[in-house]
Amino acid sequence: MFRVEIGKALRRWRTWLLAAALAGVPVLIVIAVKASPPQPQAAEDAPPFLLQIVRNGLFAPLTGLAVVQPFFMSLAIGLFAGDAIAGEAQSGTLRYLLVRPVRRVRLLVAKYLSAMTLTGALLVGVILAGLLAGGVVFGFGPLPTLSGTTLSTWEALVRVIGSGAYILVAASGITAVGLFISTLTDSGPGAIVATVIVAIASQVIDQIPNLHTLHPYVPTHGWLGFTGLFRFPVDWSGMRAGLTVSAVYTIAFMILAIWNFRRRDITS
Amino acid sequence: MTFAIRTSGLTKRYDDVAAVDGLDLEVECGALYGFLGPNGAGKTTTIRMALGLIHATSGAVEVLGERVSTDRGPLERVGALVEEPAFYRYLSGRRNLEYFARAGGRGEGTRRRLARVDACLAQVGLIHAADKRVKAYSQGMRQRLGIGLALLGEPELLMLDEPTNGLDPTGMREMRQILRALADGGTTVFVSSHLLAEVEAMCDRVGVMAQGRIVAEGPPGTLRGAADRVRIEVDDVKAARAVVERTPDVSVVSASGDGSGVLQVMLAGVLTPGALNAALVAAGIQVNALVPERDTLEDVFLHLVEGIDVPR
Repeated sequence: MFRVEIGKALRRWRTWLLAAALAGVPVLIVIAVKASPPQPQAAEDAPPFLLQIVRNGLFAPLTGLAVVQPFFMSLAIGLFAGDAIAGEAQSGTLRYLLVRPVRRVRLLVAKYLSAMTLTGALLVGVILAGLLAGGVVFGFGPLPTLSGTTLSTWEALVRVIGSGAYILVAASGITAVGLFISTLTDSGPGAIVATVIVAIASQVIDQIPNLHTLHPYVPTHGWLGFTGLFRFPVDWSGMRAGLTVSAVYTIAFMILAIWNFRRRDITS
Repeated sequence: MTFAIRTSGLTKRYDDVAAVDGLDLEVECGALYGFLGPNGAGKTTTIRMALGLIHATSGAVEVLGERVSTDRGPLERVGALVEEPAFYRYLSGRRNLEYFARAGGRGEGTRRRLARVDACLAQVGLIHAADKRVKAYSQGMRQRLGIGLALLGEPELLMLDEPTNGLDPTGMREMRQILRALADGGTTVFVSSHLLAEVEAMCDRVGVMAQGRIVAEGPPGTLRGAADRVRIEVDDVKAARAVVERTPDVSVVSASGDGSGVLQVMLAGVLTPGALNAALVAAGIQVNALVPERDTLEDVFLHLVEGIDVPR
């Protein structure tokens, strides 16, 4: 079932369009920085990552990940998880999958794993595109950390990849939420939009200082925790919080999704 | 005895309305069974329950001897078309069949299905369009691909909901031939339809459903017999009417015209149209035409539910 899901996604234009859009982000950043390098006197205005790119291509994939995460990632999760069941219901193929027969729980688990895999593949695309564009234009070198120390090129590369892995795992909670939303409706676009809204609203809430009491409970809490990898010593607190939140959301919303999908009448 | 489909007290309620109301249905193995009823009679709801797509409010349904539930779904040995066919529009017809074959896992059933993809496409006449995207298929082609999908697993039981929808007359005849051949080969075929003529032309047995219940069941000929109307064109309607009213086992449905005109009568019991004709001629009435009127399902249906107290 999982392989069928991946195969289906790879034959859709929208998957490739999304992949191209995501991989284009680090490339665009590289081009923009190359075309008008940040001036030293403007250093205070420029984001610290962007300023560093001129010296080191390794910043391109990292900046790409950071830029892609809030919106494009939410969109990808909407398309892969939000549309998972609702889209099949809308096209009518859900009933033919179930009478094949495919058990409902199995279908949900396969949808969840394929959504995570596809999101992961998109992030790999961002990292690869960033490494390629950044490497060609700026070359690689040791990377300064946010704490002022320096990482060797290889160590920095490992941490860039680690950032991607963390971003993916931290997205597991919202993926489960999207899958649950997907079992609530027979409208694919509705479920996609609802999932994207939840993901973005969660990030907005996480940013509003006045709502700090809510912060530890929103599904995207700790999404930016990967920046802790670029401190010395590594700051695990943000990532620990993010992983805890996403584990709780994954478990809770997978249970909800399975419960709701099993009790539902398939009338689509 | 094992039945292909057996329901006992099967009920589905939506709020206060019973879509299927204590249905007891038995479909024997090997039959070509026509499941007849007007739209909204509960046919699709029944089929969906038999396929484990929707929960029964109460009662049970067994398919090929095994209890069906929404947790288990139907058996691998069941092929189905539920309402209109549905496919991944961005994939070709062949890929759609391959994907649905693989969706069941990697077992024996999947291998067997994959090996049969081309044979099924050929059987429903789509081999020339196998590599076109379903997006570009006509409605009739999608319908045939739906039948091809249902046949993919060499099912022992086929459950088809309105399979001739969207087919032209040639396609309908081909469909009937395909289903007849499958039934003759030992497959149980359960076909729902709202077209009496279609069911009569191909089925061994018919169940008529109305308002969630079976209101008649038996070989197709017996249903028609229940409401046999004859249209008679005569030169003297008044005299003809008098003859009909004297004759037992026949009643006047309508009369039009004064002098020459048309009389519509309903035959019951053993009286044949020929005997009625003889009686009219004996009374000196000139009979210009005597046409048995084929009842529409609506007529049969209305006639069937007349005597039954169906709460609304």
